[in-house]
Amino acid sequence: MKPILEVENLTHTYGSGTPFERSAIKDLSFTVNDGEFLGIIGHTGSGKSTLIQHLNGLLRPTSGRVLLEGKDIWAEPKKIRSVRFRVGLVFQYPEYQLFEETVYKDIAFGPANMGKTGSELDRCIREAARLVGLQDDMLDKSPFELSGGQKRRVALAGVLAMEPQVLILDEPTAGLDPAGRENLLANIRDYHRNKGGTVILVSHSMDEIAQNVDRILVLKSAGILMDGTPKEVFARGEELLAAGLDVPQITRVAMALRQRGVPIDPAVYTVDELQREVLALRRGGASC
Amino acid sequence: MLKDITLGQFFPGNTVAHRLDPRTKILLVVLYIVALFSAKSYASYGVVILTLAVCVRISRVGLSALVRGLKPVVVIILFTAVLNLFLTPGSELVKLGPLHITDAGVRLAAFMVLRIMLLIMGTFLMTYTTSPISLTDGLEKLMSPLKKLRVPVHELAMMMSIALRFIPTLIEETDKIMSAQKARGADFESGNLFQRAKALIPVLVPLFISAFRRADELAVAMECRCYHGGEGRTRLHVLHMERRDVLGLIFGCAITAGVIVLARMGL
Repeated sequence: MKPILEVENLTHTYGSGTPFERSAIKDLSFTVNDGEFLGIIGHTGSGKSTLIQHLNGLLRPTSGRVLLEGKDIWAEPKKIRSVRFRVGLVFQYPEYQLFEETVYKDIAFGPANMGKTGSELDRCIREAARLVGLQDDMLDKSPFELSGGQKRRVALAGVLAMEPQVLILDEPTAGLDPAGRENLLANIRDYHRNKGGTVILVSHSMDEIAQNVDRILVLKSAGILMDGTPKEVFARGEELLAAGLDVPQITRVAMALRQRGVPIDPAVYTVDELQREVLALRRGGASC
Repeated sequence: MLKDITLGQFFPGNTVAHRLDPRTKILLVVLYIVALFSAKSYASYGVVILTLAVCVRISRVGLSALVRGLKPVVVIILFTAVLNLFLTPGSELVKLGPLHITDAGVRLAAFMVLRIMLLIMGTFLMTYTTSPISLTDGLEKLMSPLKKLRVPVHELAMMMSIALRFIPTLIEETDKIMSAQKARGADFESGNLFQRAKALIPVLVPLFISAFRRADELAVAMECRCYHGGEGRTRLHVLHMERRDVLGLIFGCAITAGVIVLARMGL
């Protein structure tokens, strides 16, 4: 697979030269492959937000580099805006950034900033609205009369309309009810599947990450603790718990079973997998 | 960055300057300003500078922090200096085309610059050593006689506390919204004045909406805790004047009187 984003020895220090100096991220290196669905997980204060703001050039590294398709994004600081169009970032609680009179105009903000006009602009807007499941009649409404979940979809569409190569989502489901959460994640999964774009999902819900991503990056106090497939990461469940992080509920069940002497694979993280494991054990004659 | 604003910043500490009653500090600043504006001569300015230096020393606030407070007013200071330098009549020193610099101009410019700098450093010393909450408490107490004239002193003080409390929150919020709009390609750094002002709309609209939402939520939260204005409300921290406050005020009055006398004598 070919890499799309490469982070090399990235360090970011806030307030350097003052008594409040603090490294939010320290000497971080990893690669994101084209078309991958990557999950980033970590505690509050582990540097997640700082990290993702480097990926689209909102923050400039104190040292180290960020490469987009092999090119340093800060090679030409004047063109940093073009990086932001290619790496779309959806912030936490993005509904608070809506400002236009209609949903349509708000979604248009990003692509219009890119210089798109006319039918091309219209196509981007309608397609983004469709991707997040907004009906056509909603486009003429004021974003402020929508429900919380709908507002969030509009904000998400505002970034998708720029048709970025990489989509980064910071806690996209925070504060939504379970149905809204599942709907939004389904939209994101569909987008990933149909568009084949790279998606980076930042969350601290292990279940959310486990059910969606191909690969997980676990951050801990400014550095990388683990980097691997969900199976590899959750196989080290004890370590995750020791680091003060959660494991998916199903992994927790498997770990508890194992502690009671059931020889089960501790790396299962979906209901289906656990069911298969348990059934296999029963067939094997184990008592549980 | 917006985060660099030092307005109303408070450096916690435990020096005499920190422990003084906020009312004392407000009165001392008033006295200091009176002294500063009466000073007209080298000697009287000397006394003011010396007083400020001693206070800074006592408060252990770094000189660099005080100087940093001057940054936002550099333009005003320069403007004052230039105006006074060129527009004061007196005996001519240098002539630059239609402009001329006079000896009185130089003197006046130097004094005006000094005055503005001392004014800002003195008032900043108060805000650096007094938490915003105790500052508004002090103001409310000091102005309480005005209640007799139906001035809503408590409400004003409460509004001030709330405003001060929300400055950092709003700054943080502005930063966040600006980042979010930048991520959608908003451009705040280029274009002419008109274009830049227009570029702020995507920041200001969400900011106002969230400020109103916050205000609403705060009002509900306060009512839930039975807030109904200042009447009959007791305080958690009752202000007490101590011996150090009396001493501080006596010193303050004495120095101000001294400066006025010096200025009158033309020294």
